[in-house]
Amino acid sequence: MSWLQVLRVAVRALLRNKMRSFLTTLGVIIGVSAVIAMVAIGEGAKARVEESFASMGSNLLVVLSGTTTASGAHGGFGSMPTLTWDDLKAMRSEASAVRYASPQLRSTQQVISDDQNWATSINGVSPEYFPMRSWSAAMGSLITQSDIEAGSKVVVLGQTVVDKLYGSNADPTGHSVRIMKIPFQIIGVLARKGQSATGQDYDDAVFVPYTTFRAKIQGGLQKFIAGSIMVGAASGDATVRAQSQITNLLRDRHHIALGADDDFSIRNLAEMANAQQEGVKTLTTLLASIAAVSLIVGGIGIMNIMLVSVTERTREIGIRMAVGARPRDVLSQFLVEALALSSAGGIIGILLGLLAANRLAANFGWPILIRYDIIAIAVGFSGLVGVVFGLYPAQKASRLDPIDALRYE
Amino acid sequence: MGKPLIETSKVSKVYRMGDVEVHALREVSLTISEGESVAVMGPSGSGKSTLMNILGCLDRPSSGGYWLAGEEVSQLDRNALARMRNRTLGFVFQSFNLLSRTSALENVELPLLYAGVSARERHTRAREALTRVGLGERMHHHPNQMSGGQQQRVAVARALVTRPRLIVADEPTGNLDSRTSIEIMALFQELGRSGITLLLVTHESDIARYASRVVVMHDGRVQSDEQQTPLQAELGPAPAGAEVSP
Ligand SMILES: Nc1ncnc2c1ncn2[C@@H]1O[C@H](COP(=O)(O)OP(=O)(O)O)[C@@H](O)[C@H]1O
Ligand SMILES: [Mg+2]
Repeated sequence: MSWLQVLRVAVRALLRNKMRSFLTTLGVIIGVSAVIAMVAIGEGAKARVEESFASMGSNLLVVLSGTTTASGAHGGFGSMPTLTWDDLKAMRSEASAVRYASPQLRSTQQVISDDQNWATSINGVSPEYFPMRSWSAAMGSLITQSDIEAGSKVVVLGQTVVDKLYGSNADPTGHSVRIMKIPFQIIGVLARKGQSATGQDYDDAVFVPYTTFRAKIQGGLQKFIAGSIMVGAASGDATVRAQSQITNLLRDRHHIALGADDDFSIRNLAEMANAQQEGVKTLTTLLASIAAVSLIVGGIGIMNIMLVSVTERTREIGIRMAVGARPRDVLSQFLVEALALSSAGGIIGILLGLLAANRLAANFGWPILIRYDIIAIAVGFSGLVGVVFGLYPAQKASRLDPIDALRYE
Repeated sequence: MGKPLIETSKVSKVYRMGDVEVHALREVSLTISEGESVAVMGPSGSGKSTLMNILGCLDRPSSGGYWLAGEEVSQLDRNALARMRNRTLGFVFQSFNLLSRTSALENVELPLLYAGVSARERHTRAREALTRVGLGERMHHHPNQMSGGQQQRVAVARALVTRPRLIVADEPTGNLDSRTSIEIMALFQELGRSGITLLLVTHESDIARYASRVVVMHDGRVQSDEQQTPLQAELGPAPAGAEVSP
């Protein structure tokens, strides 16, 4: 018998009992669609982390006032700042592994255009901030050293802010916005950067010279920096060196005794991104394993029904053997039935999985990434499930004795 | 009569049920020549079905030798036995044993499917066989849409579609009324005329009269074995027997 004929016989047998065939495949359908949807979600999250990691730059350190607790949480929030403007200068000049250092002063304020307003994060930075983060201007220009020295009332907008105040694709350069009733001239718009892994929108921010920030938006104590310092190491490899150089420099400058705790903390963004990525990877693996287990459960469902089917159709098997079916004809018939069931389940599962992933993406704004190799693996795996779990019932059928099978009531 | 088609030498069959041994067949030695039509009679439990199952390659003897068409069946493996059932003989059962929810045509095509015959030829030959048993008009009916006699004809068509040398029938008329039984016997006689060897079990001496030889079994042994002049079955089933027209 050719394989095509075996397939036809198998499909006919399955169609004779449509409802049961459908219920049998349900396990595989759920398993495969779970695999597809879970992996799409996991991969989407991973891609988002990777993206934000790339847009963040791989050699960034953030230096904060105050100590970190054992859990890594920053304990200095709201406490006295310890970093000074002189510390910043010393980092630039004395730490060889440091290439860029910029203050990052932050405040959330309303930004008001002629007819719109939008609450966003106002950032006081130095010109080095942009190359350090590999951010470039989509329109106009960025903050310059002369803006810093003059304390100019200029602002660079993120895309989201432009969208909210002027509508998407508008060019607002040359216009003015008011922040705390002070007019700022828009000199540029940053290229779109997207969201961070945690869903934070990098484009929902505006940037002003830090000198202007201190003078007009949030004063703070003269000597101390009321914010953090962002440091760009000379290279990715130099990041760790930069971290230890800064630590030594600041401990020395702050006169911290040997064995005493730092009064500042340094965060390595690359490490944080890696940690986050590891977390996502673990999550993806976990989701995929749960889905895979459900696929195996689906396979056991197929085996269960196939066993029932073999018992029920013992007489049919006897008839087939009586007219000349060889053991291997019976084996292939039942095996192909199991395979057809699981593959049909696999195909329906893929469609459902893709649909579910799309719904999640649309309704909850979760990023999803369809991995075609995973789809291929899911199909292959569901086929394998069919063969593995179909083999035992099929073998049982093929080993029947024709006369016993015919006598079966 | 032609050369021997079937030869058994001291064929025995013992069923073990726990501690009890049932001797269904005790050293049965039979020779049946090509073209004979043999009726096997005997009381219930005398071993008729057991003998048919062994001769029909559905079962194996516990001991003894069995040669069919020159091959020693008792030495064959499962695949070769399947081939024997497929090519050399056709089996007709008392309970028809048709696949339900499957048309007459497909039931008749079934042996050809396992013989590796192409779809087109299967179709043609199954049609021919059904026409030969007078069911040319009912090829697409399912077994549950047919009378017992019609179902048995489908079974006969299935048995003869592979052009076997031997048809083995275990009480083929056991579930049929006497008129239908005679129709089936007429069909068998027609097949006999075309050279097919026939082996059939029956309870009724009326039916046995249509055979050329009567073997009577008793307690697993051949009690008597006699040649006779067969009676000709009266009702001609083909073309289009009485039962075929509604
Ligand atoms: N599968 C079996 N298991 C045990 N005993 C059996 C089996 N088949 C038949 N027998 C026994 O073998 C004997 C012959 O049975 P069988 O060949 O069916 O007789 P018949 O067809 O002449 O009525 C009986 O005693 C019957 O009970
Ligand atoms: Mg019997």
